[in-house]
Amino acid sequence: MSAKGEEIAERAQRARGKKAALGEDVNLEEYTVETKEHQAIKSLVDFPEKYTPELLDAGIEPSEKDRSGSFLQRDRSVVFSKARYKELEVMSTTDALAKYDGLKEYLWKAVAVDADKYTAEVELAPSHGYFIRSKAGSKVTIPVQACLFITANKVRQNVHNIIIAEENSELHIITGCSVSHEVRSALHIGISEFYIKKGAKISFTMVHNWSSGIEVRPRSAVMIEDNGAFINNYILMKPVKSIQMYPTAYCVGRNARAHFQSIIYAPGDSKIDVGSRAVLRGEGSRAELISRVIATDNAKVMARGDIVGTADHVKGHLECRGLMLSDTAQVASIPELTALRRDLDLSHEAAVGKIAEEEIRYLMARGLSEEEATSVIIRGFLNVDITGLPEALARETKRMFELSLEKVM
Amino acid sequence: MLEITDLTVEVEGKKIIKNLNLCIEHGEVHVLFGPNGCGKTTLLMAILGFPAYKVTSGRISFKGVDITDRPTNERVKLGMGMSFQHPPEIRGVKLGDMVNIALGRKEGTIDEEVIELGKRINISLEFLNRDVNLGFSGGEVKRSEILQLLAQAPDFLMFDEPDSGVDVENVELIGDLMNELLARDKIPSQRERSGLVITHSGFILNYLKPDRAHVMLDGRIACSGMPEEIAKEIMEEGFERCVELCSQKVCAE
Repeated sequence: MSAKGEEIAERAQRARGKKAALGEDVNLEEYTVETKEHQAIKSLVDFPEKYTPELLDAGIEPSEKDRSGSFLQRDRSVVFSKARYKELEVMSTTDALAKYDGLKEYLWKAVAVDADKYTAEVELAPSHGYFIRSKAGSKVTIPVQACLFITANKVRQNVHNIIIAEENSELHIITGCSVSHEVRSALHIGISEFYIKKGAKISFTMVHNWSSGIEVRPRSAVMIEDNGAFINNYILMKPVKSIQMYPTAYCVGRNARAHFQSIIYAPGDSKIDVGSRAVLRGEGSRAELISRVIATDNAKVMARGDIVGTADHVKGHLECRGLMLSDTAQVASIPELTALRRDLDLSHEAAVGKIAEEEIRYLMARGLSEEEATSVIIRGFLNVDITGLPEALARETKRMFELSLEKVM
Repeated sequence: MLEITDLTVEVEGKKIIKNLNLCIEHGEVHVLFGPNGCGKTTLLMAILGFPAYKVTSGRISFKGVDITDRPTNERVKLGMGMSFQHPPEIRGVKLGDMVNIALGRKEGTIDEEVIELGKRINISLEFLNRDVNLGFSGGEVKRSEILQLLAQAPDFLMFDEPDSGVDVENVELIGDLMNELLARDKIPSQRERSGLVITHSGFILNYLKPDRAHVMLDGRIACSGMPEEIAKEIMEEGFERCVELCSQKVCAE
């Protein structure tokens, strides 16, 4: 192991017991890294059919229709990876590290290995993850699909994803995390490090399709160079035991742009602590962080947002809207803005409330029943216009969103 | 079409409409004058069946059906429609969605039919794609309401101050479309649609010729008569004086 590798491993060792700053502490020992390896499959349609509904729910197309590449990891085994375009690479991180010596430089560069026990855990007991890269100057508007799937009870899935858009390239990814209905309890830790080179663009649409026994601790960061753009769409509509994440976009280059949209419908006893953060270090960089949260039943949601401006002419806006559908649910909206320059513009707006009676009545006056009116309002509330995606992908994302919504309403 | 008998309505425990009687026949359009706070809007909301407007006595009958205890959407299904004065903003629900809903379809796609309806009232596709009432000007609200009624095509239409906050150019357009919605181009015996129009200013009467007018004061219909006469008296003498004069001649209730 190189000196750098050793240093990283040491830092991970030291952070083993380090609790995360946010979210409830997960006892890693409750979950196992010793689980059955799964055989690779030749095609996604060979994946056991009983899991098809869960794949579809997470936006994964087993036929690979309208997908430029696919990656599927089951528990701790990568079972399928393929790029259908020569401009793209899609493979397991493990394979990519073996193939490209230089790739090590990208590991733990955006996310600190000793951030907390979860990052440390992925370094110390990794289980693959995906590597997706678009070649310089390429522009594939059809998305790559990546799925991290859990089928083993009590498994600890520790993935490390590296996503690179080389200079002036465009890369679109749909990623679905899903779990078999048979699994009662599991832990997913996902490190995702994105590198968006000069003039490049990544759109990343993530559907989380967990269930009430799954604990989830993603750790994501994005480095955006000059004129680069990152568009993140996050959809969570299913229950989850607990999730805590705070993906961070570092707009390090001039005119770098980051756009986060999160749509969260929190039912049952879900404990959700989700935010997005943008650090505007490049002159003229911009960020927009938008979230919509609906809490029902006994769900607890912390909706965070943080924009830090440390360069001139940067602009950031944060918007969080929450809708309460139950007296036993809880939504806390925590927006933060930090300005370290005179010439910048940061703003936020947050609002939490119930469905307004007069909105229901108004819709009823156009012929809807009270129930129909309520669901139109909820759909409208969650309906955030998706910008910056190729038309077909925007339609697809919309469809995925509608599908998720139909399941819960 | 609509028959209101001895109606009393409370809002938050306060009596706003008191033992009111009103009958609107098939093909008739009535106009309701009255100062602010006299109960005009309350009456429309009670006819529409909004629960905050509680009927404590009397009955409302629509097309021969006692609707006093029916929910709003059932009344709408029977053929009632309303142009609101201050409709709520609904985030994420586009005006085009509202038109689809009024057409009895699912919200979602804004198709040719919706776009064509919009054109008739100077509403562009861009406007159809805006969240309903969010940041609409006074005039835009009126046009949006009329558009939804065009889609809904009810037999009985209520207009709450259709002329307030509208520029001159659009008042004429709104007046024309109200006439169309109410099928006023037909000869009286063939008119099928009925309406109840609230106006504070009476400005809309330059374009719409109702059959009968009422003046509402303190939760009651204080007098009724010919729209032009009553409008003239109100303009010249004010509401109180008009009622006083009225009571000496016409008083149907």
